Formats: sequence, structure tokens, C-alpha cells
Amino acid sequence: MKTLYDKIWDSHVVVPETDAPAILYIDIHLIHEVTTPQAFAGMKKRGLGVRRTDKTFATMDHSIPTSSRSLAGFDEMAAKQVQTLASNCREFGVPLYDLNSAKQGIVHVIGPELGLTQPGRTLVCGDSHTSTHGAFGALAHGIGTSEVEMVLATQCLLQRKSKNFLVNFDGHLKPGVTAKDMILALIAKIGTGGGTGHVFEFGGSAVRALDMDARMTICNMSIEGGARAGLVAPDDTTFQYVAGREFAPKGAAWDEALARWKKLPSDDGAHFDQAITIDALSLEPMITYGTNPGMAIPLTARVPAPATPEDVQALKYMALEPGQALLGHPIDVVFIGSCTNGRLSDLRNAARLLRGRKVNPRVRMLVVPGSYDVKRLAEAEGLDRVFKEAGAEWREAGCSMCIAMNGDSVPSGNTSVSTSNRNFEGRQGKGARTLLASPLTAAASAIEGCVADPRQFE
Amino acid sequence: MKVASRIVVVPQENIDTDQIIPARFLKITDKAGIGQHLFEDRPEFQVKKGSAILVAGDNFGCGSSREHAVWALKDFGFQAVISTSFADIFRQNSLKNALLPVVVDSVTHALLKQDLLVTIDLASQKLSIENGPTVSFPIDSFSKTCILEGIDEIGYILKHDSAISSFEQKRN
Repeated sequence: MKTLYDKIWDSHVVVPETDAPAILYIDIHLIHEVTTPQAFAGMKKRGLGVRRTDKTFATMDHSIPTSSRSLAGFDEMAAKQVQTLASNCREFGVPLYDLNSAKQGIVHVIGPELGLTQPGRTLVCGDSHTSTHGAFGALAHGIGTSEVEMVLATQCLLQRKSKNFLVNFDGHLKPGVTAKDMILALIAKIGTGGGTGHVFEFGGSAVRALDMDARMTICNMSIEGGARAGLVAPDDTTFQYVAGREFAPKGAAWDEALARWKKLPSDDGAHFDQAITIDALSLEPMITYGTNPGMAIPLTARVPAPATPEDVQALKYMALEPGQALLGHPIDVVFIGSCTNGRLSDLRNAARLLRGRKVNPRVRMLVVPGSYDVKRLAEAEGLDRVFKEAGAEWREAGCSMCIAMNGDSVPSGNTSVSTSNRNFEGRQGKGARTLLASPLTAAASAIEGCVADPRQFE
Repeated sequence: MKVASRIVVVPQENIDTDQIIPARFLKITDKAGIGQHLFEDRPEFQVKKGSAILVAGDNFGCGSSREHAVWALKDFGFQAVISTSFADIFRQNSLKNALLPVVVDSVTHALLKQDLLVTIDLASQKLSIENGPTVSFPIDSFSKTCILEGIDEIGYILKHDSAISSFEQKRN
């Protein structure tokens, strides 16, 4: 009896684990401008080529502007980094979806869109949020630049097997509660190191009921709970999403793939090293108050008393007091986007609240589609007009304010409600104070100019 | 590999890679000089040059996969970090750059006071504290061999090239 993780692992072992780690085959390698220049430099030094240019795909997302799709007049260092990726891709024969491509976007948004992310595959990228792709029942995790070089050169990774950690969300969600609230609730419960050494498998009826965008939100933040990867067993929702996409199998190959994919879910009675069950019905919209994603509370709760020196520092940085309610706390910036919540359904959720309403004048609101394709689809259904008429900025695709290395950032001392994944000190800009929440909560807060409960609008 | 140094202690837990090296310094295309931005936004950590061993709280290196965090620590002069646990990706990145991630229990960790002389010997996997105990620490056996014998991991995988090729053929 095997888990989903066991099955994917077993089918990718080239050389089994002994004293040395296993040599694990990698089906898809996604690369971007920030974590690859030193890897390509290493390849050149060794005189090596990219082993599988048909399994390697590049895009630009972290350090690009979202104000326009041009680098003209942009930060010189960032522009050089982007150009370095382009020249490396040319030299090594790697396909690149650059700023002129209709397929460009955040690496974890375009992988699934293109049909590269498929059940049962192994997928890596030099970015910790690669865990996103686990939503399809693919084993996907972030790697460092040395490992990027390793995969470019060998299409393999030296890897020791992780443990299995089952996370069940039983029951169903209440209105106004979303996938973002589920994953924040989990991390609040187990802590940012709770999943270290493990791979999460997310199951239960509340996960089954989620669409692919929402499943990606949950798997995306697995790393914030310490697990390198998170998985959801593939089902009809998964298959419907993948079917017909550019790199998805077609015709007889599709039927074969489907038969294979249907065998992937964990066997009944398979062993998990750890397990936790969360009653979905008990969940409320969540928001963070501190400086790591585990410092999260229900939106209606009060800031807890600090238990460690780290908590004290977090509250000081956030300028929050123990016992203070977050509802009504004034904010300056709202960011909707990122590989966590920059997909079409996220934008639809935010637009549903903003339609016919205005962003509070004290708030700067940025809506950044996760990919060019998300942008195109959102515009086709008029979401861009909803955001612009409400007074929000409608931007080009990229990582934007999630990482503050691309011109989009939150000013020092300002508070943002952000749909991104990290509230670390300085993450959205030096001195910026980040409150992580769902697109619904972010939209509600933008309207009110302070942290607000989306359920008041429904 | 043996490191003997007075230690720098940052007692905080969950120090993420954004604290080690803020994202705005990731726009480089090489590794040169990245150590000058180590902990740039956390001056209160008071991490000064001259020590080769950093001691930090639990779950060190959580967050982003940026290897820049390891490069910055190395470039600054650190050869080892001691904690009660490390985030998975950071630990991997460390081992690949011969920055030793040394895990000790909380009792030993509590003994590690600022400026104490600590000796770490990779070969025997022993850590000795000045006027204190000597304890063993775990480390991945393969990574240990690679560091001690200068084995290149990519070269190691390439030796299995025929196994990779037959795996690829079998799957096609």
C-alpha cells in the first residue's frame, strides 16, 4: 500500500537511495531569471549543455516591471538579469516565454496553463513556491541554484525521500471562507516548521470540492508550513483542467495517461508518518498579524499575547498591540496577485466585491494578473474594467509586490493587505507591514480602507 | 574540515532567507560581494565580521529557496551555522556550498553563549564548546563525503549517465 507521494517517487528513481541519495528523474524543469544566471555560468565553466531542452521551459517573472511589458528605462541590474536569461536560453536552446510572449507569466501560473504540470510528474524550479504544482498530483518542489545547474546538466536530482504527512479538511467551507484561509489555518496550527522533512497530501471533502485554482493556492503555501511539496490526488476536476492544453497528451496518449493518472491516489490504508484533520466548517476567514505565515488568526479574533521574544519583535515591527482587533485596523495598500492568488478565480472573487464599489481613497490597490493569459481572460470578461472603475491599478503579469525586487513595493511603515504568501519583515519592501489574507478579504479591506470582513458584502 | 571560531549568536527562531538576504539584492548575475548585504535590514542582530560560526534559533533558513542566502553567509566568512533545526531547502543549499548546517539539541544550544570558542570537526562529527561539553552532530553521510573529499555532485550523477539514458528510453 502506497501513498501518492510513494508512487510518484518510485516511478522516478533512476538509481535507488543507499548511503547516497537516490538519483531522481525530473520530468519538467521550469526556470526564471533570478535563480539561474549562476547555474548557467557553472554549466559554461564545465562545458556542459542542457540535457533535455524539451523538458526545460523558461519565463521572466520576479524582477520584471508590471507597469508595462518593456524594460526601457527599467532598473539596470534587473534588466541585465532578464537579458542574461534571454541570452542563456538562446545559447543553450531552452524555450523562453519572454515579455513579448503571450505565454509569459509567473512560472507557477504558466506551468499549469500550458499543460506542463500533469499528474504523476516530477517538476522542479529554483523557487520555493514550486509546491504549487502539487495541486495536480505532481511531485513538485523548490530547489537552489546548485540544484538548478544539476537538473539542467543531468535532468536528475540527488534526493532523499521525505516522510508522508496527511492533511484532511473534512466537511465543507462556510461562505466567505476560501482555500487561502484553509492553508493559513493549517500553518497557524502546525507552525512554519511543522512540515519540515515531509510532503503534505491534502485530502478530505473540502479539498475535493475545490477547483484547480484553489487547490494551487493551498499547495503553493505548503512551503510556508515547512513542507517542500504538497499534493492533492488527481480527480475529474484535475483531468478537466489539463485536457486540451498545449502540452497535454492528445488522442490515444490522453486515454493512456488518464488510465495511469487514475491509479495515482494513495491506496486505502497507506502509511502516513503524520496526520491532522481540520473541520472545514469551523474555519473563518484568516489573516496574519505577525512576521511569518504561522502568525495567523481568524479575521474576527484579537492579536494574541506574545509568547516568545520573536513574537514581541513581530508585534513591534507590525506596530500592533496584544489584544487589539484587526478588523478596522487602517491599511494603506492592497495587493491582489502572486503565484498564490493571481489566477482568474482569485480575480473573479475580488471583482465580485468591487463591482459597483470604490477603493477607499486612502488605499493604493494593485491588481496584478499571474500571467498574460490570466490577464487576457480577465479582460475578456470585463474584470479589468471593474477594478479600474473601482480605482485600482490593473497591471501586467509578474511577481510584483509579493517580492519587492521589481519596482512594485510597499513603502516603509505602510500596512498592506496582500494575497501573497509571505509576511516576513521587509518582504514587500523595507519596513513594509504585510497582512496576508484571501482575495475576498483583500477586496473588502480595499473598499473599507481598513481590515474588513468580506462576509459583510455577501 | 575543521572550524574553530568564536561564535556569533542570533537567538531568534524562524530566521527566514529574506532576513538573511533581502530580495532587492537578488538582481545579481554572479555571486561576487553578496556578503556585504548579509542581514542588511537586521542591524539589531549585530552580526560582525571575524567569526566563522553563526548560532541561530530553530528553523533557520525558512522561506525562499534563494541560494543567495548561503552565498551571503559564506562570502561574509561563515563556514558553519548551528541551530536546533534547519529548513529543508536551506539545508540542501548549505551542504552544496560546504556551509555546515550543524543541528544540536536544545540543551546544547542553550550553552552556546556569545563569543564562546567552538570547534566543529566534520570528519568525527563532533562539536566542542569552550569549557563545556563535546557533542556529536548528525550530517548526511553522502554530503559529508562530498565535502571532505571534494566530490562534485554533478560529476557523480554524470557517472550514472547510462542509467539515466536507459531510464529515459524505458519511459518513451
